[in-house]
Amino acid sequence: MAFKLSEEFKAKADKICARYPRRDAALIPLLLELQKETGYVAEEGMDALAAFLGLPYSRVKAVVTFYTMFNREPSGKYHLQVCRNISCHMAGAEGLLARLSSKLGIAEGETTKDGLFTLSAVECLGACGSAPVMQVNEKYFENLTGEKLDALLDDLRHNRVMPR
Amino acid sequence: MENILLKDDVAGLEAYFACGGYKPLKKALGLTPAEVIDEVKKSNLRGRGGAGFPAGLKWSFIPKDAQGPRYLVCNADEGEPGTFKDRELMRKNPHALIEGMAIAGYAIGAAHGYIYIRGEFAEEAELLEHAVAAARAKGFIGRNILGSGFDFELFIHRGAGAYICGEETALLESLEGYKGQPRLKPPFPAIKGLFGSPTVMNNVETLAAVPAIIDKGGDWYASIGTGKSAGTKLFCVSGPVNKPGVYELPLGTPLRDLLEKNCGGLKPGKKLKAVIPGGSSTPVLTAGEALAVKLDYESLAAAGSMLGSGAVIVIDESQCMVGLLRVLARFYHHESCGQCTPCREGCGWIEKILNRFEEGRAEMKDIDMLSSVADGMMGRTICPLADAMAMPVLSFVKKFRAEFEAHARGETCARRAGPKA
Repeated sequence: MAFKLSEEFKAKADKICARYPRRDAALIPLLLELQKETGYVAEEGMDALAAFLGLPYSRVKAVVTFYTMFNREPSGKYHLQVCRNISCHMAGAEGLLARLSSKLGIAEGETTKDGLFTLSAVECLGACGSAPVMQVNEKYFENLTGEKLDALLDDLRHNRVMPR
Repeated sequence: MENILLKDDVAGLEAYFACGGYKPLKKALGLTPAEVIDEVKKSNLRGRGGAGFPAGLKWSFIPKDAQGPRYLVCNADEGEPGTFKDRELMRKNPHALIEGMAIAGYAIGAAHGYIYIRGEFAEEAELLEHAVAAARAKGFIGRNILGSGFDFELFIHRGAGAYICGEETALLESLEGYKGQPRLKPPFPAIKGLFGSPTVMNNVETLAAVPAIIDKGGDWYASIGTGKSAGTKLFCVSGPVNKPGVYELPLGTPLRDLLEKNCGGLKPGKKLKAVIPGGSSTPVLTAGEALAVKLDYESLAAAGSMLGSGAVIVIDESQCMVGLLRVLARFYHHESCGQCTPCREGCGWIEKILNRFEEGRAEMKDIDMLSSVADGMMGRTICPLADAMAMPVLSFVKKFRAEFEAHARGETCARRAGPKA
């Protein structure tokens, strides 16, 4: 399958590369941009980006697999990322995870059949004062309770909240 | 006292300007770079990211005769569990950071600065982009700043999810587009840092304190706090207190005051069991130790812990210390970059041993094995991530040994988990 970087992407990418004395320093920001377009970083995307930056594919793959924010498979429209580190743990993160898992009928790392939700447990999101915290795509939802979580799922299902 | 860093309603450029913002930059540009560094040295400002290294001294390590570019990097990769101060600071007072960076850039002779912000902080990164654009439009960032002839460009760079990138040299690797694996030192970043050039890296909170220091003088800043621990510090409190959040207090404030006066004490029915005073990697304090300690670099060191990032994690009697340590072990195992054997293997072993405790399969000898593995990790790796795992292990086992013993006897932990969500 041929995968080509869009002209729009390339124009934006050139601007990002110009921030650094070496173009390849833009690799991570460009991977984030690429992921924004397609929801994940496909093998073909890594190939195309490697060619664009003049890098070996292995360098791109090494970076993609090192950082946790890159999805290597298509994820749901809403990526539910529940923090499970110490402050959120004390505030009941395990209960939230279990609740989501049972409500959505999926385990951690899985996506609902309708492609709407992917469930992940993640490490500290850096919002411990408002634990428990969940990030949906790029937006934070804080001070969660079971009720708030149910309402949020409902809102997401009906497009009433639009995390980026 | 009045807050220096955390202020309300100064996020917009006009509002920041109205309360004297960017005047310190103008003042700094009228001084020589050496004079600016001297003022920061005089202030006794120490690194607020965790290590507490004197900021002015760090700046002075850039070789005066170094040819070619120099870089200033702000570490906004806030990831130490329990820490959420930089997020709050960037949201509330982004221009203090931007102005602090322009001043620091001038002091060290850097024409380029980068703010490396953790990837999850997408909203804050966007907010900073807007703030930098606003500052650029007014001539505070860019070419020939305020007619001084000093050029300083500032870029926001998002990470992509890796705790290790909060470590100085891992951050540099990441900023160059590689895996975030720490570098061997020496050479130190001041000699050979970003793109092989002399580089200074400071935490968000450190840089944001610089404008006030230039404005009111290093002596004024040094007069706040305890002397050796000068100035104010952001403390981020999480756990079962009535008012968790970020509080700016003079260094040397009793931890008891923070908990009781600022945070309104523990939630009804909760009894204090322990406090992790400076982020998840700092040694835990018992309730008694915590209530007697003052929040400054020296007092916390004397109590056997560290000020760290100022992340005060409050633990109440309903929590199981074995369970909490297992949460931390899972985290450090997950975040180890895999480069050094003691860390890569050690974090994994510690997680596995703790899983045995949690699953009722542990024996008494496993308690000492935890300490033995941790001892084998301390100080034996390129970066301090191994220490960051070992310190909680050693302190949890030492101070809460009875709980580990109860688990090893097969007693079920009735005090597991927090409130069911």
